[in-house]
Amino acid sequence: MLDTKKVGSVMIVGGGVTGMQAALDLADSGYYVYLVEKSGAIGGAMAQLDKTFPTNDCSL
Amino acid sequence: MEAGRSPNIEILSNTDFLELSGKPGNFTAKLRRRPRYIDADKCTACGMCTQYCPRHLVDSYNEGLAVTRPIHIDYPQAVPASYFIDPEQCLHLKHGTCKICVPVCRAKAIDFSQQPEDISLKVGAVIMSPGFGRVPDEALSKYGYGKHPDVLTSLEFERLLCASGPFEGELLRLSDCKHPKKIAFIQCVGSRDLTCGNGYCSSVCCMYAIKEAMVAKEHEPELEITIYYMDMRTQGKGFDAARTRAEAKGIKFVRARVADVMPWNEQLKLTYSTLEGGHLFEPFDMVVLSVGLDAPADARKLAEIGGFELNNYDFCQTGGFTPLLTSRPGVVVAGAFQGPKDIPESVTQSSGAAGIAAALIKQDRGKGVVIKSYPAEQPPAEDEEIRIGVFVCHCGVNIASVVDVPEVDRYVEGMEGVVYHAQSLYSCSQDAQEVIKQKIKEHNLNRVVIAACSPRTHEPLFQETLKDAGLNRCLIEMVNIRDQCSWVHANEPEAATQKAEDLVRMGVAKSRHSKPLPEQTVPVTPRALVLGGGIAGMTAALNLADQGFETVLVEREKELGGHLRNLHATLSGEPFAKMLKQTAEQVKKHKLIKLLTESELVQVNGFVGNFNSVIKTTKGKKESESTIEHGVIVIATGGREYRPEKVLEQPVKYSAAILTQTDLEQRLAGSGKNRAPASVVMIQCAGSRGDDLAYCSKVCCNQAVKNALQIKAINPESQVVVLYRDLRTYGYAEDAYREAREKGVLFVPYGMTAKPAISAADKAPKVTYYDPLLREEVTLAPDLLVLSTGMVPEGTEELSRLLKVPVNEDKFFLEAHVKLRPVELPVSGVYLCGLAHSPKPVDEIIVQAQAAAAKAAIPLVKGKVTVEPTVSSVDPSLCIGCGICESLCPYQAIRITKDKDNKRKAETITASCKGCGICASHCPVFAISMGGFTDEQISAQIKAFGEATNKE
Repeated sequence: MLDTKKVGSVMIVGGGVTGMQAALDLADSGYYVYLVEKSGAIGGAMAQLDKTFPTNDCSL
Repeated sequence: MEAGRSPNIEILSNTDFLELSGKPGNFTAKLRRRPRYIDADKCTACGMCTQYCPRHLVDSYNEGLAVTRPIHIDYPQAVPASYFIDPEQCLHLKHGTCKICVPVCRAKAIDFSQQPEDISLKVGAVIMSPGFGRVPDEALSKYGYGKHPDVLTSLEFERLLCASGPFEGELLRLSDCKHPKKIAFIQCVGSRDLTCGNGYCSSVCCMYAIKEAMVAKEHEPELEITIYYMDMRTQGKGFDAARTRAEAKGIKFVRARVADVMPWNEQLKLTYSTLEGGHLFEPFDMVVLSVGLDAPADARKLAEIGGFELNNYDFCQTGGFTPLLTSRPGVVVAGAFQGPKDIPESVTQSSGAAGIAAALIKQDRGKGVVIKSYPAEQPPAEDEEIRIGVFVCHCGVNIASVVDVPEVDRYVEGMEGVVYHAQSLYSCSQDAQEVIKQKIKEHNLNRVVIAACSPRTHEPLFQETLKDAGLNRCLIEMVNIRDQCSWVHANEPEAATQKAEDLVRMGVAKSRHSKPLPEQTVPVTPRALVLGGGIAGMTAALNLADQGFETVLVEREKELGGHLRNLHATLSGEPFAKMLKQTAEQVKKHKLIKLLTESELVQVNGFVGNFNSVIKTTKGKKESESTIEHGVIVIATGGREYRPEKVLEQPVKYSAAILTQTDLEQRLAGSGKNRAPASVVMIQCAGSRGDDLAYCSKVCCNQAVKNALQIKAINPESQVVVLYRDLRTYGYAEDAYREAREKGVLFVPYGMTAKPAISAADKAPKVTYYDPLLREEVTLAPDLLVLSTGMVPEGTEELSRLLKVPVNEDKFFLEAHVKLRPVELPVSGVYLCGLAHSPKPVDEIIVQAQAAAAKAAIPLVKGKVTVEPTVSSVDPSLCIGCGICESLCPYQAIRITKDKDNKRKAETITASCKGCGICASHCPVFAISMGGFTDEQISAQIKAFGEATNKE
């Protein structure tokens, strides 16, 4: 069993755009982050989108 | 995709969350990582395995519209950029056969011996962001979904439009692969629909339907598109404008309910009924269902594991004033799991949740982080010899199948300054980095050119490698022979090879002039200034102080509380007064918050990390000024209810009988005997969405429904009529709208061609409107005429001049990026929340304030601002002080100062510079130079382009 005991860490469950942004902000604020994602890659539903409203920017 | 690179973010993909014990600051989480059967460190994502894998698998990334293989990657940009094997479909894992992929993989990354791994984590806090789930197919089948291939979900349609989708972006019908000519969108499928248990509005479908319709129109301008809707809920900032653009493009919006969709010859026949009671039908080639967001399928399991409560729709339960807290202390929620929402709202919640978690375990800040160290950089010797190494990448078959990579490698031989060149199968792979480092040492290289893919995705990786090898990271030059050669010229291999050679020659020419650039850092004063003491400002100040930073809170009025003091309670009945009082008490008591009431900002100098502001305090006749040094600014200056003198082009005089929604809210909260009289008419958009205020004020529909329910509660006999354009009770507020209808509140829509007429004898108002059900004009003489006048920002123009930050045409501050940086302003170190950003209800304001505080805390935590080395610099001996650069810089990063001889000279504020190059390109005397893109470098590159290629 992998047993990690890092002080000052946060676990984020879900690696979509919400989880990724929270992870980046926490890492930027001095914390270690475990980003837990049940599928094979992070990105979530946003990675499936072609463009985003209302500016029609690419979402990747 | 930055998340994949941070040394302080450990991505545990293919991992299930199993157990959570302990308490805030000291949780233990149990996880299980399922095997990928591929060593992610070795996999180079070349794609060979997928090509050889003999078994087909429905591609869920493409919504089942395409096929992939059990060994695959969802999309090329995925993080981790490693393939994985679906154990349910793999022939070897299922039946012990096959294993074709093993010898095919040149990186030897396939490992069938991998076993599930149990992981135990000690964490201080938990953020739940599992997203949303799917509406069950049964809710879609009544529109023919699953029965006819040309009835699609919106997500399937999105994949069809996408260049990486099943038809490479070509819009084709699934039934006959023909181009559709007429497409219908049906809104509110799986939302606002009690038959599938989803009473709420999903808050995103109107926007994505408009987006998809617009994108489809771009693909095929001749397309006829009709959107069938109940209410267009485009209430977000700038969203109505997008709807107007869609209408201008010829997209039709029809307010109707669709009864069914049936096959009809080669087409689909859509039957619908309009408000006027007409039953109509129309044929279409394709029907897109705007499917709502459901709770995650495993919501109940997650709630059980995480130990927190769900609401009646299986989304996470939170409070009206604590929108990101679950019922379990230390477990925070963000994103669509908190309630259906769009990307900007989700990302705002991410930052807010991060800030809450950060405050929760602030005593452990910095204890777990990994700080990478690098060998000392070798300072370049004077007139040092240029020694360039060139690495030409095959990118598996991605480049090499088109571009003749060995030929390009040979071509480099003998170029001026090139002392080493080689090919690389995957120059981004881990072992290739080792090779590059080794060759730098071996050949004493002091410049590196990588001819591979895009610097956008890979430059940081190679910069890292150079740093590891003791070279300045600005000595890397990337040449994009993938996107710009093998991809765009896939059918012309010879020309692609020639172009690759040209680009490499130009890259080498530029590299000869590369200079090491210093990593610059600017110290930060660890103090925040928050402007505005309403709920937004107080929330932001409290979070910053809870994170351990001194905060100065400036409020113009004597009392804290702002606009919210005029309101009584939320839609679900939580009273504001008590919450405001408690919050104000917390602010006043907090040791790290310095409160300045009756005060205003009058002057700001400096830049991110080093602001210097003057605050004027006026107590009675006594005026005083104080100067504050601070590192960041949070704008929370708020707004107020609009009180127009003309409503729907007719003059109004406010009185006891004609009042605004907020006046009514106060009246209803009072104890007046006749406060809820027998007849009330409310007019929505009596100010917003018109010629007066162009935008939707987002809160008025909720407020109207809230007040209507309150009237009904006090006086059930009261007749309440709400005249509206689109009723925008998005999210869970839809429940209240339904309740109001059930209690007999009459909602009557009006259009811009038949606006209600007000005859405004102020004591006895009369309203005349067209009733579409009766199909005639109706005149009412209500006891109360209530106008939903909308919201306006306060003082944004003055502040915009002081801080040199932009406001939009509606006078709200303009954020740095609508989607991804919703609480930051383009000027570094300035953050934004609350009504100064756009009108919004209180729970969204609280989240935004928490997010702004979390973002503002980042430079304060770091104690310094690190600046990309590619910034502009001014040669004072050439500068003529014309000021063009200062006037053009979008980031306020270059300014005119006086030098010691009192001459005007431009100066870059390095900490704010984003390296865009606008100043350098406009300088009339070439006094401004861009690090990494000097005139010398670019000229050399252009010159190399012109050099005739002589291959002999």
